[in-house]
Amino acid sequence: MTADLFFQYLFAGITYGIMYAIVAIGFNIIYNTTGIINFAQGEFVMLGGMIAISLLHFVPLPLAVAGGVVITMLVGALIEILFIRWLDNPSVLRMIIITIGLSILIREAALHIWGESIRSLPYFYGNEITTITLGPVRISPQVLWVLGVCGIVVLLLSVFFKVTPLGREMRACAANRRAAILCGINARNMVTFSFMLSAGIGALAGCVMSPITYTQYDSGTPLAIKGFTVAILGGLGNSMGAVAAGILLGIIEAYSISFVPLAFQDAISITILLIILFVRPHGLFGSGEAARLKEF
Amino acid sequence: MLELERIHKYFGGLHAVNDVSFRVETGSIKAVIGPNGAGKTTLFNLIAGNLAPSSGVIRFVGREIQGMKPHRIAALGMARTFQNIKLFHGMTALESVMVGRHVRSRAGFLAGMLHLPSTWREERQIRDRAMELLELLEIAEFAHVEATSLAFGQQRCVEMARALAMEPRLLLLDEPAAGLNIYETAEVARLITRIRDMGITVLLVEHDMSLVMDISDEIVVLSFGEKIAEDVPRAIQQNPEVIRIYLGEDEEAA
Amino acid sequence: MRYTKSRAILCLVALVIVTQLLTRITGTSYYLTQLTMSAYYALVVIGLTVLMGYAGQISIGHAGFFAIGGYLSAALTTHNLIPLAGSPLVQFLGRLGVLVRGQDIYGEQLLTVTPWAACLAAILVAALIAFLLGIPVLKLKGHYLAMATLGFGTIIYRIALASDYFGEADGISEVPGFTLLPGVAGLPPLVVNGDFDSRVQNYYIAWGVLIIGMVLLLNLIDSRVGRALRSIHGSEEAAEAAGVDTARCKLQVFVLSAVYAALAGVLLTHYNGGLGPSEASVMKSVRYVALVAVGGMANLWGALVMGAGLTFLSLRGVFGSFDDAVFGAILILVMLFAPDGILSLRLNGLRTCLKRESTDR
Ligand SMILES: Nc1ncnc2c1ncn2[C@@H]1O[C@H](COP(=O)(O)OP(=O)(O)OP(=O)(O)O)[C@@H](O)[C@H]1O
Ligand SMILES: [Mg+2]
Repeated sequence: MTADLFFQYLFAGITYGIMYAIVAIGFNIIYNTTGIINFAQGEFVMLGGMIAISLLHFVPLPLAVAGGVVITMLVGALIEILFIRWLDNPSVLRMIIITIGLSILIREAALHIWGESIRSLPYFYGNEITTITLGPVRISPQVLWVLGVCGIVVLLLSVFFKVTPLGREMRACAANRRAAILCGINARNMVTFSFMLSAGIGALAGCVMSPITYTQYDSGTPLAIKGFTVAILGGLGNSMGAVAAGILLGIIEAYSISFVPLAFQDAISITILLIILFVRPHGLFGSGEAARLKEF
Repeated sequence: MLELERIHKYFGGLHAVNDVSFRVETGSIKAVIGPNGAGKTTLFNLIAGNLAPSSGVIRFVGREIQGMKPHRIAALGMARTFQNIKLFHGMTALESVMVGRHVRSRAGFLAGMLHLPSTWREERQIRDRAMELLELLEIAEFAHVEATSLAFGQQRCVEMARALAMEPRLLLLDEPAAGLNIYETAEVARLITRIRDMGITVLLVEHDMSLVMDISDEIVVLSFGEKIAEDVPRAIQQNPEVIRIYLGEDEEAA
Repeated sequence: MRYTKSRAILCLVALVIVTQLLTRITGTSYYLTQLTMSAYYALVVIGLTVLMGYAGQISIGHAGFFAIGGYLSAALTTHNLIPLAGSPLVQFLGRLGVLVRGQDIYGEQLLTVTPWAACLAAILVAALIAFLLGIPVLKLKGHYLAMATLGFGTIIYRIALASDYFGEADGISEVPGFTLLPGVAGLPPLVVNGDFDSRVQNYYIAWGVLIIGMVLLLNLIDSRVGRALRSIHGSEEAAEAAGVDTARCKLQVFVLSAVYAALAGVLLTHYNGGLGPSEASVMKSVRYVALVAVGGMANLWGALVMGAGLTFLSLRGVFGSFDDAVFGAILILVMLFAPDGILSLRLNGLRTCLKRESTDR
């Protein structure tokens, strides 16, 4: 492998890895406030991209992206209010099945609205062949957009959870729901909010990655599996861990192209997922003790 | 029957069981007492194999059992009940007790699917034995009611019947009288002596002092994971350290 | 208790016969095709019911086992071994008598594995994979188990889609019929295939297999092992304390349900004359889960009725282009409003009665 190719793969790996990390963070936000893994997380990503693409017929790109994010957030809130909020202490199995059902409904709705065609947003800057030279590598400016936007999201999120009252209340709910309720925090609203937040983040990711990965009605599930892999790898609930794990998985995938046929690429991340689940279910970075404190 | 030798258990930094050793003689009733959080349930979990001790040796019927899986220990002849009752959702009282016969019967997967005549006979025996136990515990009338929908005291009885169905050599009872009124508690006391008279050794955890003092042959006192006394009930009642612990608790409560 | 069970089975047998006669009288025997297919899909569903409903272990990967059965059986019975005829393995297989010679539609010589051998191989492989996968996977709980099985299903789907041997996106076609019994004493042979003439025969084969499978599972859940399984669902800790080897029990039932799925895959593939990668897709796995759920989770009869009924409607195209959406909606509605299955809403009272009767001698 030449040095050029090496860096090219490295950058591709990081780009995809960051996108997986964002999906994983979406999982984490809902998991932290509810203990639920939202199997429809991948569909939020798809919805964000699709809605923005449709809005683009009427408004300029930045507005289309913003619209995609906001509408997806509303969908997220709606889902929580309609299907989850009023359930009284549902079992994990029930929640798994409900969110799987939701993911199917969203996907089928998308199929009926947008059809099977593969779409994408235009490049935010330049076009497919525009490149920027960064030392030894030439990369598409969209890659910088992905890195930039996702980096800012991660940063804002950590500020949000650490500093703002709302973020603190959400963390309180995550740490101990009963105690949080006793302190006068409305835990139900926190759950709704966590669905909105993770839908919004998923949608934003869906928009910035759309020019590179394209968007189709069924592109959610594979993303969800990878996002989940990354979430587990980084330690469920741990966003910084997710970023590191995402980049790791992205790079592994990128280099695996040299050894494994493209068609089997998904199989790699799934195999990693299975192995991790078997040997270190609390993630690469988390500690077993801490993981056991959370109830699964 | 059962022998604990220098058992330690850490949960992270918490030393939940600290260097505990004692023996349970065959045919006796032994009680473990101690304030809340003393490590009694943890000790039971260690003995029954739900937890592995950090160090130490547990011997049961002559075999070292620390770190063995719970079902293997159960097969050696140890049965237990849980402090917070654990019954099987969706199964009737009778079926729950029939599960207790698992170790005393053998029909396998294929035999069950094919429903061979030999399994037939075994099934009947399992059912009869389970029914007998429900009668012994005076809950036979609820045999076909879902166990988890029974009243609290009756759920306790189902759990006890399930344990007895295993025909254990040693029975671990974790707070068998918790949540019962004085009449029911007296009933439980009688039942436990009867169980001992059936030839089953009993180790129990209990907060109800009158029950413990009445029926046990020996008492172990735990506090903060440490064994601070082990003696016959009369001597325990007079042990100054035990009195200090319990009086200390009373003062807090007052 | 045998009494109620055998009565219910007899009712089912009668219903199967009556249905066939009705289609004959009303001239709607084209329904038989979908009824036959529904029986095979229902076989997957009842197997999964024992795993999910009774033992409490979710699997979102059972289409994977179905596909392993179907694909292996299809590949072994269609791929021509003549180019490899010289290899020691093929010669060894020939001596074992598991190979047959034939001709393809262009009159070319064919050497393939016999359906019986292929079927056994496919089921053994599925069982082995379930066993090897089950050892680590069944230690997991909740979301982890769900994702791990989903991951397994996806891997099988990817392999089917990407390997030349399994026909990539086109799948495998031209799969020959499966002669279960040769014709003896003037009776016609018993063949699983899609021929127009053997439609009635195949309808009875499919429902016969389903009913036998049902009887075995009904026996199982009322047996010692079945009680152990249900106790695991209730409380794993208490089950262990009662001496149940929970890990082993879960593994056994996982393998059993995989075998049911693989058998269904084998038979349906021979019946349809082929299969494609969509049989291995995640959506199929989810559909099986939906059918188990709507049948009432821990309810074999519900699973059979719903599994066969809804699949039949789906195959008839009743749901049109909303097919997948219907199953998604079913999942949500059942889990929101009737987590014990829709039959439970009305039959709750009746069920307690039946239960009383069934546990009495
Ligand atoms: N699985 C566990 N992980 C961490 N800590 C534990 C665990 N189980 C018990 N502990 C801790 O160990 C200590 C002993 O608990 P244990 O339940 O054994 O007390 P106990 O004597 O049974 O009390 P009680 O009378 O209330 O039943 C407690 O501080 C408890 O919080
Ligand atoms: Mg306790």
